[in-house]
Amino acid sequence: MLEIKNLTVSIDGRPILDDLNLTVRDGEVAAIMGPNGTGKSTLSYVIAGRKDYTVEAGEILLDGVDLLGLEPDVRAARGVFLAFQYPLEIPGVATMTFLKAALNAQRKQRGEEELSTPELMKRVKAGAEKLEIKPDMLKRALNVGFSGGEKKRMDILQMALLEPTLAILDETDSGLDIDALRVVAAGVNALRSPKRSFLIITHYQRLLDYIVPDTVHVMAKGRIAKTGGADLALELEKSGYRDYVADAA
Amino acid sequence: MSAPMTPPRTLAEAALAEAFDAALPGLPGGPDARKLRETSFSKFYDAGLPHRRIEAWHYTDLRALMRTAAPLAEAPSADSLAALREKLAASAPGCRLVVVDGVFVAQLSDPAPEGVVIQSLASVLAAGRPDLIALLAAQEFGGADTIVSLNAALMQDGVVIEVAPGAVVAEPIRIIYASTACEPRASYARSALIVGAGASMRLIEEDFGAQAAQTNRCLIVSVGDEAACDHIVSMTGMGRSSLRIESMIVRLGARVKFKSFGLIGDGGVVRRQIFMRFDGADSEGTLSGVSLLRGREHADTTLLVEHAGTGCAGRETFKYVLDEEAVGVFQGKITVEKEAQKTDGRMMSKALLLSDGVAMNNKPELEIFADDVACGHGATCGGLDENQLFYLQTRGLPFAEAEALLLEAFAADLVDELLDEATGAELREKIVCWLSARGAAPAAGDAP
Ligand SMILES: Nc1ncnc2c1ncn2[C@@H]1O[C@H](COP(=O)(O)OP(=O)(O)OP(=O)(O)O)[C@@H](O)[C@H]1O
Ligand SMILES: [Mg+2]
Repeated sequence: MLEIKNLTVSIDGRPILDDLNLTVRDGEVAAIMGPNGTGKSTLSYVIAGRKDYTVEAGEILLDGVDLLGLEPDVRAARGVFLAFQYPLEIPGVATMTFLKAALNAQRKQRGEEELSTPELMKRVKAGAEKLEIKPDMLKRALNVGFSGGEKKRMDILQMALLEPTLAILDETDSGLDIDALRVVAAGVNALRSPKRSFLIITHYQRLLDYIVPDTVHVMAKGRIAKTGGADLALELEKSGYRDYVADAA
Repeated sequence: MSAPMTPPRTLAEAALAEAFDAALPGLPGGPDARKLRETSFSKFYDAGLPHRRIEAWHYTDLRALMRTAAPLAEAPSADSLAALREKLAASAPGCRLVVVDGVFVAQLSDPAPEGVVIQSLASVLAAGRPDLIALLAAQEFGGADTIVSLNAALMQDGVVIEVAPGAVVAEPIRIIYASTACEPRASYARSALIVGAGASMRLIEEDFGAQAAQTNRCLIVSVGDEAACDHIVSMTGMGRSSLRIESMIVRLGARVKFKSFGLIGDGGVVRRQIFMRFDGADSEGTLSGVSLLRGREHADTTLLVEHAGTGCAGRETFKYVLDEEAVGVFQGKITVEKEAQKTDGRMMSKALLLSDGVAMNNKPELEIFADDVACGHGATCGGLDENQLFYLQTRGLPFAEAEALLLEAFAADLVDELLDEATGAELREKIVCWLSARGAAPAAGDAP
């Protein structure tokens, strides 16, 4: 379970998240929607452990443990996964080499045995097939020269292999064509489980037709402004964020 | 004009003059070679060791860096050669040519492959074939450098490799440099590679164990029309207080494909200088290298690329990884002569700075006399990308591991891009070895 309590975050002295509270229960799929520049990516980065932000106050508990003092890799080994809004290109690092390093690093931190290369290959191949990732992409340098949609699929493949307990998807749907959206959504749905929570950041109702959320949060001005069920997303589609941005801070 | 002023001699210059006089009678070659040695030494001695006011040596002030001249290495003993033979047994594939302290050792070397003639420099100088002597003298291009002259004056030996026109040499020819000296010694080797028209071959030069304290090596390459030649040099056997100067003089014919890659893996002061000239038309010449430096190591790569033929493509890419208090130097000068229309020249240097104590000096230079050319250069300097590091960490890699992966990627991607699989794997291993020793070794380094 993820519990964010009174989280206030700034960057270069400028407040971005303002006393934010959010809970995502085990097995829950929560969607976050909100206007551009409202702090959604910031929230996801802060959960994952990015250092450029200053946490002024609050805590982020995952299964009761405060993540804030932990390094990003330790958080990852504890089950945090972030699918980036803009996945990074890593020239010179073969995708397969990277996947092996990531999986084994997490296993090592959890005191588990390393995966053998054949076992790893088997898992990667099976995962790639489900997400319709061409085998030759696995031989290329990570994300280098991949199309926007291919990069997003590669992030979802990583998620499937790393089996996180908290998966944050930051605009994974942007840049995906209609077929890719279906494939990625199916990939996410296959990972839904009572042990795994999802935080899905999106601007579009359409993704939520495929991945039906348990809760929808509206984020505005650095805090959660409203929480509702799946129908809240439909409502937003009609009315926009007018009501949330208009009122005085 | 007043009489030329004789500059005061440094200790090292005086010692070199003494060493030259003492060694001259014993150095190989007939009267022609002796004349070449004497004129070359005067050329060196008149100018003295290059210093900061000599433009090409501005960042590597040898007058300041070379305090003493080590005595010339003696010929290796039979015992030390026998010991070396044992150790060499498991070396990598290819036709192996062994040079110990500047001297070619036939009994440790393999016979030449088909289509190739291999001789020692000493025997070539003794035989006095005019075309080879002229090539070895390298007077017209590259020979103006006084350190190349010093090498010509003192050249002890080396290998002369002639590849017959049309010969396809599948296995690499591998020159292995070793040293048996226990005391600080100097070695001067000069080698030549002549690739006949239409031939194809690969030359690898590598260090085997520690090298002499001061080495001045020169390789002269001539590539005939339509030939393909790959050259790889890996310099990894230098001690922290050593001085190494590596010169390569290359002339390319027409429609040639020439590639050279150099790895500098350690050393006190290293200067690698390449003089490459496109004589013919429509050739491709690629020069590249990676320097991995820590402690107070200093590595300088200086290029002079001359385009005289039309329609040639020159690619120069050099990378540096600098840690602790290391100093990197990249100087690249491309000149395009009036006749060399349609020249396509691109030069790039990229440095990764891993500590605040390092310094990187970049000096690109273009001199273009033709009007229809595309030439450019670029340089980047900086730390590892924070975003990439964070991305890898979020996937579970601890910071040090993420850093190592990115460093390897930075240093090794040229290797993957430019070399065949087997040679690429050899060099990648050397790079990984350097990276894994990072931080483990003490940071100190004596100046030579
Ligand atoms: N590294 C940074 N330096 C300076 N400002 C930043 C930085 N990161 C985020 N911000 C600012 O913080 C605010 C929130 O940005 P954030 O990316 O979190 O918004 P978002 O809700 O994800 O927007 P979008 O819907 O466009 O993706 C923006 O005003 C942005 O300019
Ligand atoms: Mg965002």
